[in-house]
Amino acid sequence: MTSRRPSGRTRAILTGVLGIVALMAVWELYKWLAPDGGVTVGGATVLPRASDTAMPHLWEMAERAGQPVNRSSSAVPLWRAVLEAGAFSFRVAAIGWLVGVVVGFLLAIVMQRFRTARSAVLPWVVLSQTVPLIALAPLVKGWGNKLEFGSFQWEPWMSVAVIASYLAFFPVAVGVLRGLGSPEAVHLDLMRSFGIGWWRTLWRLRLPASVPYLLPALRLAAANAVVGAVVAEVSTGLKGGLGRMIIEFSQAGSSDPAKAWAPIFGAVLVGLVAAGVVALIGLTLRRYRYAEVS
Amino acid sequence: MTATWSGRLRLILAPVLLGVVLIAFWQWMVVHFDLAPYVVPSPSAIWAQFTENLSRIATASGATATNAWWGLVIGVVLAVGWAALASSLRVIREASAPVVTAASVIPIVALAPVLYAMFGQSVQTARVMVAALAVFVPVYINTLRGLQTVAPIHRDLMRVYAASGWQATRTVTLPGALPFFFTGLGIASSLSVISALVAEYFGGPVDGLGHAITSAVSSSRYALAWAYVLGAVVTGVVFYAATIIVERIGLRNHPEA
Amino acid sequence: MSTPNESTPVPAPTSTSGAAIAVEVTGVGRVFGGRSGAVTALDNVDLTVAAGEFVSLIGPSGCGKSTLMRLIADLDQPTSGTVTVFGKPASVARENHDYGIAFQQAGLLPWRTVQANIELPLELHGTGRAGRAERARELLALVGLSDFGGHLPSQLSGGMQQRVAIARSLAESPSLLLMDEPFGALDEMTRERLQTELLRIRAETGAAVVFVTHSIPEAVYLSDRVVVMSPRPGRVQQILTIGLGAAGDRGEGIREDVQFFDQVGAVREALHGIAPAGRGMDLR
Repeated sequence: MTSRRPSGRTRAILTGVLGIVALMAVWELYKWLAPDGGVTVGGATVLPRASDTAMPHLWEMAERAGQPVNRSSSAVPLWRAVLEAGAFSFRVAAIGWLVGVVVGFLLAIVMQRFRTARSAVLPWVVLSQTVPLIALAPLVKGWGNKLEFGSFQWEPWMSVAVIASYLAFFPVAVGVLRGLGSPEAVHLDLMRSFGIGWWRTLWRLRLPASVPYLLPALRLAAANAVVGAVVAEVSTGLKGGLGRMIIEFSQAGSSDPAKAWAPIFGAVLVGLVAAGVVALIGLTLRRYRYAEVS
Repeated sequence: MTATWSGRLRLILAPVLLGVVLIAFWQWMVVHFDLAPYVVPSPSAIWAQFTENLSRIATASGATATNAWWGLVIGVVLAVGWAALASSLRVIREASAPVVTAASVIPIVALAPVLYAMFGQSVQTARVMVAALAVFVPVYINTLRGLQTVAPIHRDLMRVYAASGWQATRTVTLPGALPFFFTGLGIASSLSVISALVAEYFGGPVDGLGHAITSAVSSSRYALAWAYVLGAVVTGVVFYAATIIVERIGLRNHPEA
Repeated sequence: MSTPNESTPVPAPTSTSGAAIAVEVTGVGRVFGGRSGAVTALDNVDLTVAAGEFVSLIGPSGCGKSTLMRLIADLDQPTSGTVTVFGKPASVARENHDYGIAFQQAGLLPWRTVQANIELPLELHGTGRAGRAERARELLALVGLSDFGGHLPSQLSGGMQQRVAIARSLAESPSLLLMDEPFGALDEMTRERLQTELLRIRAETGAAVVFVTHSIPEAVYLSDRVVVMSPRPGRVQQILTIGLGAAGDRGEGIREDVQFFDQVGAVREALHGIAPAGRGMDLR
């Protein structure tokens, strides 16, 4: 991972590809060797069933992706339907991410500025992540249907975005708080000697210093936002995204087992795209990333 | 850290006060604006439901916690074992890199439906697996980083002493990796509860907190649903606090732990 | 670990007859290959350190003095030439635990107590628990930290940590001590006190010392001979013999001595022969 020379890098990529191939080989090998009914010890299934309904062949998954979603004449290929659902979930997750990042950032700045605010709020921020707001999704959905401010109409997808933002704000709040506190005492003394106030110290010193902490936080927040969006779609029953598709297709279950895998690969793709977008943001902040931490 | 009176007071009193104020405000909002329970029930109503249904909540929490616990154990054992392998064998490390990177950015709970298909709808295994997979990622990443972070001067010392590979591992690498491992474990502990709970939304046996919350909502018993949520919070806090205690014991000799 | 003296609790110092040679460096070169071309850190260096002799390596940054010490310690291998320690190749000497070493950073293991840190080399080389504790007690007394055996390194000041590191380097009673700017990070007062302590310890143990420093007075105060090195590429510029008497006879008073100032002047002159003069030097 820390290879500097180009040859080391190529090697790492090749080995990485090999790793994925190995994982696929393990899947097929297990299917080939293991009993169809799996292995049960004392009533608990320890090893999965290897039957074609439980574990379809990889090529069946690939083949199925190219076929139409369903039997209706207007059906698009499965891969297109998954991509469209993925784009929908991605948009909702992105909005949730944005809201979460802004909220997390503001919280971190307030906590950095006021020590009392910090000791009062931080334990609750940590506690908030043990609250399964995902579990509250059905209730959040309930709020939406009743809320109306003038001409503003609460849309169902907004509930999903709220849940995504709830999961996204935490790493940002904690990461940025650590980052804002990261400048060395000598630099803070320097700013003091210049006689500039808290705000300008924030702008000139603390924010640039927080970048190495910010980027891993943004990446975590993106991953959390995707998780939040997909799961909230399931629990609020929102149509159009991957979450709902995962549930619907898995109910098709035994008759069309390969189909259930398509939206899962879609979710993987959305997660990777989200991480990629954060990496692009990181490129624009390259000069501040002299020391990455996470 | 600040041993002063005012510092300690602030550390404990401030969050407690904030909590009391927020709950009082919540209560006042519900009463004053006469909010319907489906919007949000009052804290007093939730508490009433909580005490009234304590045994049912405890049972549901127990079911979820059991899955989370086994997921945590399996995930941690696999992650530490694999990290040990990966830190000593570069091939393993590089081959795992893309899969682990992918696993860290994807919603692992999305695997729940196919895991139910693989392990069966009538058993808990799929839920345990979801929790284990969710736990694996942060523990593996942090432990591997810890195992690879050895101060150059300590590496030199081990060479000076002509220490064998296992001696160097025991005296320098493992103690140095411990704080990193506990960082991963801290993240993993609350993650295991949430993952086991969320997996219940995708199917499986009819028990656990996730199931209880949905069924309470569908029968319009909103305060009860919130009471189950409170149960989930308590479960999560217990898991988290347990790891903090284990960490304190494990790192008692480490500075700035 | 299979070492010849595994069973003895504390290895006895190798007998030091007058003619014995502790370190012999012959025609040593070290080239670091980098992306932007090769850098010659050391070029054709010859150096002999007699048993029981105190030799300082001094020179501006980049003269390769630390590199030379790392070659003697077998922490790095020369590109050309040979390094022998007590007549053996450096790698064999390292595996036989023939030397003790101290760095600029104390490099203590932060999760081990002071005593456990001093015991570390003994523990790794199979000394029993009782023998280790006994030796650690002696060494703690030697460096004046008898009351701190149970402390963690983070509870100690920088100077105290450095004394623990020196105690650790002495744990196996080595006949050769390698020290890479061990007092570099300390304040002047602590530094002078530890220098005097080092002289005393050396007089008691009779070990040869290779001492890397960038302080002229320090080199003069401690050494039998001072090796002045020049940078780019690292070479031995001059070797000065400091005739200030045996280690045991040197006291704080010597710092005020005319002879001391003469020798400081001589080393300074040798260093100033190196252009650019004085850069990266500590002329205190």
